[in-house]
Amino acid sequence: MAHAAHPAGGQPGTGGDGVTAPGPSGQGGTPAPGPQADPKMVLEAADINRALTRIAHEILERTRGAEQVVLLGIPTRGVPLAARLAARITQVEARPVPHGSLDITMYRDDLRLRPARGLGPTNVPAEGIDGKTVVLVDDVLYSGRTVRAALDALNDLGRPLAVQLAVLVDRGHRELPIRADYVGKNLPTSQHEVVRVMLTETDGEDAVLLEPVGDTARPRRGGVTGRKR
Amino acid sequence: MNRHLISAADLSKQDALLVLDTAEELAQVADRPIKKLPTLRGRTVVNLFFEDSTRTRISFEAAAKRLSADVINFAVKGSSVAKGESLKDTALTLEAMGADAVVVRHSASGAPQRLAGWVRGSVINAGDGAHEHPTQALLDAFTIRRRFGRGSGEALDGLRVTIVGDVLHSRVARSNVWMLHLLGADVALVAPPTLLPIAIDDWPCSVSYDLDAALPKSDVVMMLRIQQERMNAAYFPSVREYSRRYGLDSARLRQLPEGAIVMHPGPMNRGVEIAAEVADSPRSTIVEQVANGVSVRMAVLYLLLGGLEAAQ
Repeated sequence: MAHAAHPAGGQPGTGGDGVTAPGPSGQGGTPAPGPQADPKMVLEAADINRALTRIAHEILERTRGAEQVVLLGIPTRGVPLAARLAARITQVEARPVPHGSLDITMYRDDLRLRPARGLGPTNVPAEGIDGKTVVLVDDVLYSGRTVRAALDALNDLGRPLAVQLAVLVDRGHRELPIRADYVGKNLPTSQHEVVRVMLTETDGEDAVLLEPVGDTARPRRGGVTGRKR
Repeated sequence: MNRHLISAADLSKQDALLVLDTAEELAQVADRPIKKLPTLRGRTVVNLFFEDSTRTRISFEAAAKRLSADVINFAVKGSSVAKGESLKDTALTLEAMGADAVVVRHSASGAPQRLAGWVRGSVINAGDGAHEHPTQALLDAFTIRRRFGRGSGEALDGLRVTIVGDVLHSRVARSNVWMLHLLGADVALVAPPTLLPIAIDDWPCSVSYDLDAALPKSDVVMMLRIQQERMNAAYFPSVREYSRRYGLDSARLRQLPEGAIVMHPGPMNRGVEIAAEVADSPRSTIVEQVANGVSVRMAVLYLLLGGLEAAQ
């Protein structure tokens, strides 16, 4: 409970290391949490670093040197995570690892539940994915529906040898038979809570926060803001 | 975004940029082995064309099919319209068939607007008389943005676009003036006085009659087709004279600044408003415009039909 002591509920800029500051990607509409609703710091920058380093090594081990590996991040925050994992693998193996992004918006199963939204970038490395081991990278694994959509999207791009999944946080509550191969942190959560991942590339700092949101009436999926309820 | 796309003015700058950015991502689909997305599975798009068209109808059909929508092509020839059925009765028939979107081209300005009041689905204007052709304007804006190396989120600020020719009969010109102005470009029209509409002073663009003076100040030259089929009077003494004064030939092409591009919405009258060697030059974007048309129409169909509003 890093900041339970701030009675003001941590307005942007007042929370010491800026724990509750909304990211530049526009979290401004979030109501300021009350005193009892302080977000809890789950992972700090150093924890995220360590988790990614461990995942990078696990990928190397499991894929025997990651020679045929392509890392594909799911926008928004999976993309910088994939780039970071690729950089770490490159450090160890002294050889570049292809990485890119895979937007899954057009494959979502909840498109008709919300207004049409803009698309994220899809950049598949030039060598393609045929015969490769594709490691999908996302920030939070929750219902598994995003990953299901990503598998469909991959299917239209080619035929990988194998597909694996790396996530920074696994918060449980799966709705589909999907599991992660590499997990930064297993985080038991209630469905009313919001897991908020912030990354330097998208939000100016590295942190994973758990926000208790008592409002059960809110829709389940967090969407493009990186808030995953 | 509005539920319908009838006029370029239906879009805010933000909407227009969203269409262009979405089209930018969807353009990649054309390079994939499987050129299809599942997004509009189970949706029905009706192409309702009361006027001849090659590229627009095929472009919409390809766009809808790449998004997995079902496409019904309704050609007036061989339909009950040839027997005298009214637009409203045709609309009610489509409605009963459960069309989620109607792509309509009609010789009467305002027909899509009327249609929008009769059907529950989205109405997309694919050209109505001399009024508007908004998807053409979007694809032209998309083509310009790409050719000038601007990426997602960027508008057309500072680019000088000159639209030349038969503005009076051109829905492409009308939509483009509004769209390109909305996106920050400086638009100039060049045409003989007889081929300019009466209310031209209200358009957000400058007007002149001298092509040779305008060319050195143009980053984009958009040539319009001389629409013989809509002309019921003599608007210029002869085709030859028109071509001399307002046609884009190689000599005029050389007056353009470096990096300037030449556009034409098609179909072209080679040798009238544009010389064959200009149409085939590397500066010409005419073939690109057709390819971009599919991406832009995919974006429009997705944004109008893909989300929640259309489901109601």
